[in-house]
Amino acid sequence: MRQTLIATVENKPGVLNRVASLFRRRNFNIDSLNVGRTENETISRMTIVMDPAGTTAQQVEANLYKLVNVLDVQDVTDQPAVLRELALIKVTASPEQRGEILSLANIFRAQIIDVAPDCVIVQVAAGEDKVDSLVELLRPHGIIELVRTGHVAMMRGRTPGIRHTPGAGQNGAYSNGYH
Amino acid sequence: MVKTGAEILWECLIREGVEIVFGYPGGAIMPVYDAMLNYPVHHVLVRHEQGATYMADGYARATGKVGVCMATSGPGATNLVTGIAAAMMDSVPMVCITGQVAAHLIGGDAFQETDVTGITQPITKHNYLITRADEIAQVVREAFYIARSGRPGPVVIDMCKNAQVEKAEFVYPETIHLPGYRPPQHASLKDLQNAAALIKTAQRPVILAGHGVLKSGAMPELRDFALKTQTPVAMTLLGLGALPASHPLSLGMMGMHGEAYCNNAIQQADLLLAFGMRFDDRVTGNLRTYAPRARKIHVEIDPSEIHKNVHVDVPLVGDLKTVLTDLAPLIEPADHEEWLDQIAEWKADTEARDILAWANDGRLYVSHVVRDLWQTMGQELILATDVGQHQMWTAQYYKLEQPYRWLTSGGAGAMGYGFPAAMGAWFGHKDKEAWAIVGDGGFQMTQAELATAVQEGANVKIAIMNNNFLGMVRQWQEFFFEKRYSAVNMTSPDFVKLADAYGIPARRVTQPEEVAEAIAFARSTPGPVLLEFVVEKEEAVYPMVPAGADLDAMIRRPIRQPAAAAN
Ligand SMILES: Cc1ncc(C[n+]2csc(CCOP(=O)(O)OP(=O)(O)O)c2C)c(N)n1
Repeated sequence: MRQTLIATVENKPGVLNRVASLFRRRNFNIDSLNVGRTENETISRMTIVMDPAGTTAQQVEANLYKLVNVLDVQDVTDQPAVLRELALIKVTASPEQRGEILSLANIFRAQIIDVAPDCVIVQVAAGEDKVDSLVELLRPHGIIELVRTGHVAMMRGRTPGIRHTPGAGQNGAYSNGYH
Repeated sequence: MVKTGAEILWECLIREGVEIVFGYPGGAIMPVYDAMLNYPVHHVLVRHEQGATYMADGYARATGKVGVCMATSGPGATNLVTGIAAAMMDSVPMVCITGQVAAHLIGGDAFQETDVTGITQPITKHNYLITRADEIAQVVREAFYIARSGRPGPVVIDMCKNAQVEKAEFVYPETIHLPGYRPPQHASLKDLQNAAALIKTAQRPVILAGHGVLKSGAMPELRDFALKTQTPVAMTLLGLGALPASHPLSLGMMGMHGEAYCNNAIQQADLLLAFGMRFDDRVTGNLRTYAPRARKIHVEIDPSEIHKNVHVDVPLVGDLKTVLTDLAPLIEPADHEEWLDQIAEWKADTEARDILAWANDGRLYVSHVVRDLWQTMGQELILATDVGQHQMWTAQYYKLEQPYRWLTSGGAGAMGYGFPAAMGAWFGHKDKEAWAIVGDGGFQMTQAELATAVQEGANVKIAIMNNNFLGMVRQWQEFFFEKRYSAVNMTSPDFVKLADAYGIPARRVTQPEEVAEAIAFARSTPGPVLLEFVVEKEEAVYPMVPAGADLDAMIRRPIRQPAAAAN
């Protein structure tokens, strides 16, 4: 079972490098790492999907906290969370094939966002499994290019994900016992 | 007030209580060195930047303050790397300030440009690149706070040259805002209760006391806990001094060259109480067979140490002193008489094998020299070692009664550490003698600092244990490589003549009878003194747990009949 962590970090130069370097140094196997801005311009957010072989989410979380610029880490694995990734898939499509590709896209609530004489770009935003299936279905048509963002994640409602680090307070932030 | 960046740096360092800086100047840090002349700071000019890091490290360990070192960009900064890595491994609070090329040149491979923040990122607690003068005050304030709080460690501040010369309004920041940096203090009540329950039912408990005891100043709490629960205390190499060696509950050092009875006790324990230690492979041996019957309680300030090497039953994440204080009221008195008797039995066997029990056979053994030094000096010194056999013998035979007197490179095992570290410690405790017990190999890595010792009049006594070998490596080759000695034979200079060239009084000792006199000579001669002890070449450190072997699968010293020894 792959684990998904959400980390909020200070939006400062070099922070992505610190996180990536930490994973390399500690030999943590990362499946995907997504970074982007948030509602607060001083804070960026990372979604980390990791291969748990040999590493627990608790270890990754505790190590992330050693980075001064990491503000909060939540484990959303098996939690009521929304996980989505965006994929752009460029597929060979003669005018005759377009109809079939379009109907496939519709099933996956994907869109055709670009049409060239002999190919189209399909855009899909979905969970990883759905993206995988769509890719497999499109493959026979001839995939020219494919790009996936890796997961981004968000908890449903107002409950946060799990915080493993001992001493972490009830409401996530280290309110209890941490100064 | 408007000041140059260099002035702002010194204003901040003074406010952080910095009195001494170990460093070496160069192009990219010259404005800082120029401004230094106007501030009440003592600068120690080392002979190699690595020496500056070890001095800052020794100073920090002996005083509890943050050690500061300084270097120029490029090669100056990269020469700091080993010392920074060593400080990181041993949680030593240190701030290293390096010059950097001007901000507009960064990335252009300018003269003496090196990516110092990139290089030091994995070996620092945190690091900074300063490109503007108005960033300096905030960064320095944060750097010192980060270096000394929580689990201490080194922080690097890489300072572009333009930031040193440009001017900015100097306002000393009253507060620090580090939302992502929250060192834990208290463990939760639930965890404390769980720990208390385990402690209550334990029959064969052992405390594992690490460097964290000293870092947190938890010596009294440790002693009280041990006494109340009658729990014996094993110490890590860096935890030595946490409990006096003469304390009846002290088991001495654990691990690869730990006391056999200590390692046996750990393996037979039904409860391990790890206090500020991190289950390094040198203390656990084979993890699969480590303390197989023991439940484990781990008190640790760094959550990433929890379950890292050893899975524990109750983690208590927080400051050790605080946690032990919180735990005390939940603990009931106990006496583990049977258990302590059992340990005493193992201890008797150890004493029978002790090299100190050997009669004088006319040869010079490091352990004897260390014992003689201990008998003369007692606790009236600061003791640093280098890395190798002499380090282990000193750990075994110098019975430390007090904390903060013992400086040794544990996690990194960085050769060259001992002599500069002793010097750094002396700067923090000028009323004391600082002794460096070093090997002929390690000493030669930083012997250039002899000139620094002379220039500073440092009261440092250097005791070289010369076995003409890289002794510890030789021992491994003897034990594990069929005595195929590869690159361990070492020709050294005439150390007495070498000392003479620096104007340092020196003696060579070849007979056991000369040891006491040489020590007396060193003590009565002010300033640096060098003693060369020409010791037994192929002696081995016992006991030894081969790397990765079970902790109680020790190679023991053969028992030698006192009669045979006399021949
Ligand atoms: C910088 C560095 N290089 C290599 C080593 C590997 N090493 C560990 S102990 C040792 C031998 C040390 O010899 P010496 O200084 O003569 O001390 P002895 O073991 O003989 O007491 C070596 C080479 C090390 N620990 N540090």
